[in-house]
Amino acid sequence: MKLITAVIKPFKLDEVQGALKGIGVNGMTITEVQGYGRQSGHTEVYRGTEYTVAFVPKVKVEILADEAQVDAIEEALAAAARTDKIGDGKIWVTDVSSVQRVRTGERGPDAI
Amino acid sequence: MDSGDIAWVLVSAALVLFMTPGLAFFYGGMDRARNVLNMLMMNFWCLLIVPIVWALGGFSLAQVPFDNDFIGGFDSAFMRGFSITGEDGGGGLATMIFLGMFAVITPALISGAVADRMKFAAWAIFVPAWLLLVFVPVFKWVYGGWLGQRGSLDFAGGTAIHVNAGIAALAAVLVLGKRKGWPTEGHPPHSMPLVMIGTGILWFGWFGFNAGSALAANGQAVQAFANTFFAAAAAGLAWAAVERIRDGHFTNLGAASGIVAGLVAITPCAGFVAGMAPIYIGLVAGVVCCFAVQLKNKAGYDDALDVVGVHFVGGLVGSLLLGFFAEPDFFGIDVKSGLFHDGGLSLLGEQALANGVTIVWSFVVTTIIMLALKATMGVRVTEEVEAAGLDLAEHAETGYHSGAGLGV
Repeated sequence: MKLITAVIKPFKLDEVQGALKGIGVNGMTITEVQGYGRQSGHTEVYRGTEYTVAFVPKVKVEILADEAQVDAIEEALAAAARTDKIGDGKIWVTDVSSVQRVRTGERGPDAI
Repeated sequence: MDSGDIAWVLVSAALVLFMTPGLAFFYGGMDRARNVLNMLMMNFWCLLIVPIVWALGGFSLAQVPFDNDFIGGFDSAFMRGFSITGEDGGGGLATMIFLGMFAVITPALISGAVADRMKFAAWAIFVPAWLLLVFVPVFKWVYGGWLGQRGSLDFAGGTAIHVNAGIAALAAVLVLGKRKGWPTEGHPPHSMPLVMIGTGILWFGWFGFNAGSALAANGQAVQAFANTFFAAAAAGLAWAAVERIRDGHFTNLGAASGIVAGLVAITPCAGFVAGMAPIYIGLVAGVVCCFAVQLKNKAGYDDALDVVGVHFVGGLVGSLLLGFFAEPDFFGIDVKSGLFHDGGLSLLGEQALANGVTIVWSFVVTTIIMLALKATMGVRVTEEVEAAGLDLAEHAETGYHSGAGLGV
């Protein structure tokens, strides 16, 4: 089992959700986060004084998936989140040692 | 007062009351998220304590007896002497309440300067002390006292309220000191929508502030209303246009700040100028205040939300421009005319004197009050509280529970 984590542009969330639904992903968790990568931050001007905003608002998407599904999910996620402009985000995949569905107590791939 | 006048004064009084929550939102949005409730409560504190002080004797000292030049007495203290029957018909009480609303918002204006670092307990004492020692005497001198009798004009409180509170804000921050990290660390507004709501409420309430100051439902009130409409628009336009040209963008905060600067500047003029004058006054105020808010960076005083740049400078600009634009013939009243209406320099001189006296008194006495508070109870929160936010430390509340808890 794997945990797929993606940090994407907030306005792309709907498209990402739709694309993942389309390939049979029936659950995800999202978090509003702030951060920066190569894009770095931006500046804002209030009453003539410039402020640097280092951390840009992003959405973090987390999806638990069976190993066989991972490539398809990664691909669909990247395609839906892409704008070809700097700041599109990142996707990474980590191993998950145990998953349990709270309601039924099912464990492993059945719990996904 | 006839029934029409009383109706308008009562409505105006309610409009002016609404300005204090409006100001709280205007300031609160500009403040940081961790201090927003402290900012709101500094303003709401004025709504709690000032009406009591006003009833106990604030009004009486500020006005009664009317023939005294320097300070009133205690004739109307403890709500004595108000009647709602007979010829007066409650007009005296309506006026007392209406002026009480002005007494509420005047110290509240200062809260924007001391934001982010003043002990709430010190603010709680500062407000009634400042009201009695600074607002009350200056109000008396300007309205019915020696400055007014010499011929200076201040329709709704340019000198008595905005210049007075604006220069007090400067005195207060000089004693209080800079916020930790200012000016290198940025302090951008945490909620611009809150600022815009506050601006809308202020503009709405200001129709009561200015047109209500005619203390009658008459032509002067209508013209003051029109002036409040035009000057705010012109100043908002001017400020935002300067930012568009100078900084590249037409900003919400620029438009909002300009609107408030225009409202401040037209306040002393509202019942004395007509025609295109409010638009000229607004345009000048918008441009001048837009540059004035940057003085603090050069001079090194930490006026957090620009009370000096908007209220002191805006009030002074309006009050001095009245020396040019005053047109009493249009209103059929017998006061000094401005330079542009064959009045010569006499009114301008009186305006300069009235503001000069107000500036000196307010600055000196505010400094003394702040130094006394500093020496006794202390005026500043600890560094730890300042860093963690005043909402939690001073009020045991948090403005926003949603979000990642980053304490921005």
